Formats: sequence, C-alpha cells, structure tokens
Amino acid sequence: MIGRRGIEVSLAIAEAAKLCRVEVISAYPITPQTHIVEHLSELVADGDLEASYITVESEHSALSACVGAAATGARTFTSSSSQGLELMHEILFVASGMRLPIVMAAANRALSAPLNIWNDHSDVMAARDTGWIMLFCTNGQEALDSIIIAYKIAEDRRVLMPVMVNIDGFTLTHVVEPVEFPAQETVDAFLPPYSPAYTLHPDKPVTMGAYGIPEIYTECKFAQETAMNNSKEVVIEVLDAFGKQFGRPYKVAETYQLEDADVVFIALGAMNENIMTAIDEMRTEEKKAGLVNLRLYRPFPGEELLALLKGKKRIAVVERVMPGGALNSPLFNEITSLAYRSGLTALIKNYVIALGGRDALQSDFRHIFDDMQQASAKDTRIKKGLNFAMIGVRA
Amino acid sequence: MTTLLPNVRTFAANVIPKEEFAVPGHRACTGCAEILAVRLALKGFGRDTIISMATGCMEIVSSPLPTTDWTLPWIHVAFENCAAVASGVESALKILRKKGKIPDKDVHVVAIAGDGGTMDIGLQSLSGALERYHKFTYICLDNEAYMNTGIQRSSGTPFGAMTTTSPPGKNSIGQSTWKKDMPKIAVAHNIPYVATACPSYPFDFLEKIRKAKMVDGPSYIHVLSVCPTGWRTPTDLSIRYGRLAVQTGVFPLYEVEDGKYRLTYNAEPLRPITEYLKGQGRFRHLTPDSIATIQKRITTDWEALKALSDSSAKAI
Ligand SMILES: Cc1ncc(C[n+]2csc(CCOP(=O)(O)OP(=O)(O)O)c2C)c(N)n1
Ligand code: SF4
Ligand SMILES: [Mg+2]
Repeated sequence: MIGRRGIEVSLAIAEAAKLCRVEVISAYPITPQTHIVEHLSELVADGDLEASYITVESEHSALSACVGAAATGARTFTSSSSQGLELMHEILFVASGMRLPIVMAAANRALSAPLNIWNDHSDVMAARDTGWIMLFCTNGQEALDSIIIAYKIAEDRRVLMPVMVNIDGFTLTHVVEPVEFPAQETVDAFLPPYSPAYTLHPDKPVTMGAYGIPEIYTECKFAQETAMNNSKEVVIEVLDAFGKQFGRPYKVAETYQLEDADVVFIALGAMNENIMTAIDEMRTEEKKAGLVNLRLYRPFPGEELLALLKGKKRIAVVERVMPGGALNSPLFNEITSLAYRSGLTALIKNYVIALGGRDALQSDFRHIFDDMQQASAKDTRIKKGLNFAMIGVRA
Repeated sequence: MTTLLPNVRTFAANVIPKEEFAVPGHRACTGCAEILAVRLALKGFGRDTIISMATGCMEIVSSPLPTTDWTLPWIHVAFENCAAVASGVESALKILRKKGKIPDKDVHVVAIAGDGGTMDIGLQSLSGALERYHKFTYICLDNEAYMNTGIQRSSGTPFGAMTTTSPPGKNSIGQSTWKKDMPKIAVAHNIPYVATACPSYPFDFLEKIRKAKMVDGPSYIHVLSVCPTGWRTPTDLSIRYGRLAVQTGVFPLYEVEDGKYRLTYNAEPLRPITEYLKGQGRFRHLTPDSIATIQKRITTDWEALKALSDSSAKAI
C-alpha cells in the first residue's frame, strides 16, 4: 500500500502500526476503536505483519501485557477508548513511570454515565496527567503520520516515554479519507528497529518496577518530570525530521488565519477542521476569525503557544469535556495560567461544546465568534454559577 | 527419568542447585515460609527465568530501590496483573526470538502472586492468561490473607480464622466463609499442569516445579506458605505448621496432569485438625463446636479429593 488512497482512518492507523513493524499488540475491543484492532488482527493472521497479538481479557490486562512486552524489548502497540482507557488508568502511570515507549491510539469517546459511545474528549482529559506524551490529530493523514512520529519520539533515548495518539471516535476513526501511504523503506529509514537500553533477559538480569521509599521517590518523579519537560525539544526535532523525510511538516501547534485574527479559537482534535470551515465562511463576511490547533498537548507547549498568542485580544478555548467541578475545563485552565504568568491581556473565554457525539455546527462557531466580540473584561471574571459557556444545550 | 522410573524421587538434598536467585538481605519476617517458597521455586526454575511479580509481601521485602534481592530478571507492575504482564513478556520473547533479536534459547516466564493477588483481585488476569495458553508458570503464594497490608482476610483465608477484617466478636466467628478452591479453578481452564505444594516438602515442591516448567502451555502451582506474623505462630515452627497442614488434610499435596488428579502425599490416616489449629493465634478463639465443623469439612474434602486421585498415589 503505497501512495494516495481513500481509506477508513481506523484502517490507516492499523496500517501505520504495520509500517512501524510493531512486534507485540495487546488490545481489547471497544467502540469506536474496534476497526483498528480488527484490522491489526487481520494483518497478523494473514502474515502481513510479523507480531504477537495478545487477545487479552480486559484493557487493564492489555496495557499490563504491553508493559511486560515493552520491558522485554518489543515494539509494542495498543489502542483503546473511553471506559477502556479508564480501566487502564492505574497502569497508564506505571507505563510512564517505568519509562516504556508504548504507543497507544486512543479513539476518543465520552464516558459513562449515561453510557455513550460517541465522540468527545472526556476520556483523554481524565488521563491527561498520567505522564504520557499526548498528540491530537485533525485528519486521517495526521493519524497515520502521528503513529510513526509517536514511535520515533517514544523510543528516543532522551525521552523513553509512552505516547498517546488521540483520534476522535467516529468523526475521525470511521470516516473514509484520502491518505498518503509512505513506502516501507521510507518508514524504515526514519524509524530504525527499537533498541532498548535495558530489557528483561536472563543474560543480563535487571530489576524493573522496584518500589521507591520516601528517600528516593521524589527524585524518581522529578527525573521523570524533567524528562517529560525536555521531551518537547525532541518532539519538535522529530516533527521537523518527519517533514523533511515525508514532505509533510508538522508543528506542535498549527495555525489558520491567525495573523490578523480578532478572535482566536483554540481547540484539540478533529473539530479544528470544522472550525477552519467556519472561519472560511466568517472571513467572507469580514469576520476576522483565526485558529490555533494544538497538536501536542503533553508536554504542554507553553512557549510555543505564547509566541502564537502574543498580542491577540480575544481567545475562545473550545473544549469537548465538562469541567467536572473545576472552575473551567482543562485546556482553558492551562491557557489562562499561561496568560496570567506571561502578561497576556487577552480576553479568554471557555466554551464547552459537542459532548457525547453531538455535532459542533458552523452556527455554533459563528455564535462563539459573536459572543467573543461582544465580551468585555466583566464577562470573564469569576462569578457565581457556571464559569464557562455551554454551547448547544437545550433548556 | 520419571517416565522410566515413575516411583523414583528426582530430587535429593545434594542435587538441589546451590545457586541462589533470591539472595540474602531481603526484609521478610523471621520464619517467613513464603520467601522460602520463592527461594526453592527459583532453584527449581534455574537461571533462564524471568519473574513477573505482583504487589505483596514478597515484592515489598525484596525490592526497595536502589537495592534488589533478585539475581534473575524481575518485573513488578501492580497488584492484580502479574499474569497479564507475564503474557506480555512471554509473547515478546517469542516474537523477538523468532526475529533473531534475542538469543535462540528457552527462557521460562514465571508469574508470582499472593493469595490476594491470585484468588481475588488478580483472578481475571490469571484466567485470561491461562485460557490464552501462554507457556508460563503461575505460582500462588498462599499465606491465607493480605499480609502485606496488615493481615486482612482474602478468599483464601480459612473458615474461622481471625484477620483484621474478619475479627471474631459477639456476632462473628472470624472468617465466615470457606477457602476458595483455587487449584480447581485453575484445573477448569484445562491447562496441562496444576499442583499444590508446600516448602515443608521441598522435594515434592521441586519435582512439581520441574514438571510445571516442562509442559507445553500454562502451569499453575498453589503453594501454602506459613506466615508466622499473620498466623500468630512461633517463628521457628513454620516448617512444622506446613507439615501439619498437609498431614491433617487441611492442605493436601496433589497434582493434576492433563486433568488427572494424583495425590503426591498420602496423609492417611489424617491427623486430627486440632493438632494443626493448636498454637495458631488466628484460631485461638474457636470453640469445640466450630472445630468439629471444620474437622467435618476437611474430612469430606479429603475424601472427595482421594476419590479423584489415582489410587496409585504413594507416600513420599
Ligand atoms: C489495586 C490495588 N488495591 C490494593 C492494593 C493494596 N495491597 C497491596 S498488597 C495487598 C495484599 C497482598 O496480599 P496477597 O496477595 O495475599 O500477598 P501477601 O502480601 O499476603 O504475600 C494489598 C491489598 C494495591 N497495591 N493495589
Ligand atoms: S508478613 Fe508473613 S508472608 Fe509477609 S514477610 Fe512476614 S512472614 Fe512473610
Ligand atoms: Mg497473602
């Protein structure tokens, strides 16, 4: 499979894992991730991919088996979503704490209750501070490319951290898109075989996962945090290298019509394409809307965002997750923290939209634009009641 | 050797490997038979072994960073998933060996967990790994409670026993349920080898390790491990209490090869259960009535097991 072809994005993700020559796959099916793991099963069954596929009995075991496999030195892949990602939660921290370069495709979906199989970002946001590097994708091409990029970042000796590639459930996983497939040799040249520093093998025994007493735990976690922080430079380096080799340059945050924008939207994932369409429409009416599409969410690219947002007057942070009792949803809290500490004086508002598969409409973004233009400092102060705007909720 | 001379014991003291894979310096309590079981088991498995260990006493006493008790490759991930981790290790070894990325030799994967990590919180992950037929051995170190967290009851705690969450009282006899028959659950997975063992019978134990390692598929060994701290027994009597458990029929030694049961120790005539209960602080509160109830149950279970077992079982 080389060159451009129309393909369901889930299948493209599975093909990307194949291009990366993953050696152990361990996953448990959950909508809307199923097509990814089904296609991988097929690839293994047909002998197109030489890998062990472990058909575990749960997501907890899926990630646990990945930890075991990665510790043994195999390039390891998993994929999950929603309830499954939550069931993995305990082991998410172990995978990152043990510095294992596992790659996961997370098909983002809402969380129960009420049960809902459709798309939003509740699942990934509940896992955002687990020590995983987090990438978000806007379209099928980015999804395929991000899997390759993810391994390159994860396995870099300066990083050694698991990477979660977030792909919106259904709105991205289940759509057929034109995707450019690189040649195997190109991927091989970019991504050499995984060569771990330490593995579980009797010829050179090591102890992995020992417990940390108070005298050492802090140092372990500080070292991990420092490495996470430093990994941003590697991410940037890998994105550049990918651009050179594959002809598709990526940045930690992409922009659209940003330069002269009166109102800047910031969002994660596939919704950014809807926002771009809305921006095109608004621009025909002299409404100067622009976009920052955040591709790297962990480590949080503060400096890069700041450079993009400098001088902007109005920023709409549009998120697909409830604050859950916090004042605001997560990305807003981080953007305002950034603003407060760097003297950004923009008006920043928090919009929650498109939960559990509800569509984000062009009219919603026009509404946000108008709302932002009318907003004054008074509107952004902390007030009694909800401190975010809920878009598209019935009374 | 066993096929040619089935009645000849394979192990004698002088053939037990001298090499230690769980070395001195660990922090297990004085008289801990669980660490003894680990030590023996690893001698049986030998150098080409990778251990996946669950959270619990043995993990805690052996591993505080930056020290380690293990001279074998060892990994700990969490409490409930050592079988799943072992699946990952085994699958990785298989594919890496096939691809020529690691030396072309057999490396045996051993998952080790306590009764809590096996029979309660880890049961699902264990069941999955057995059903998927990974080639690995699972060892349950059964000290009959959650010892690491301070002697709370598990589904392996025997009827009547006092633990910190099954305290005897005006309305409580102590543990009010019967011990879960975990080996039977393992057998129900139709795996090639299941056995019970106790470090008080080291040769029997080592022979079972040898068989477990040899079968082409998963194997499960359930090891009674006396815990003087949790059982409230004198630290110098752990071996004796293990023997008494076996000789009273409380913990019969047997193996199940391809579904066929065989007692590996004929405990008949069974010693009275009182000999085992006596001196264990955890049973101190039991009345003659409840002891009689326990005796009845033990005898019934023994008879049932005997019926299952080959009549050819011989005393070791
Ligand atoms: C998910 C989770 N729940 C609870 C614990 C706390 N915990 C650690 S070890 C343990 C009990 C271990 O008991 P067992 O498996 O019987 O091993 P033992 O310590 O008795 O050898 C418990 C409850 C934990 N570490 N993880
Ligand atoms: S509490 Fe029991 S099992 Fe744990 S180390 Fe002490 S004696 Fe051994
Ligand atoms: Mg226990």
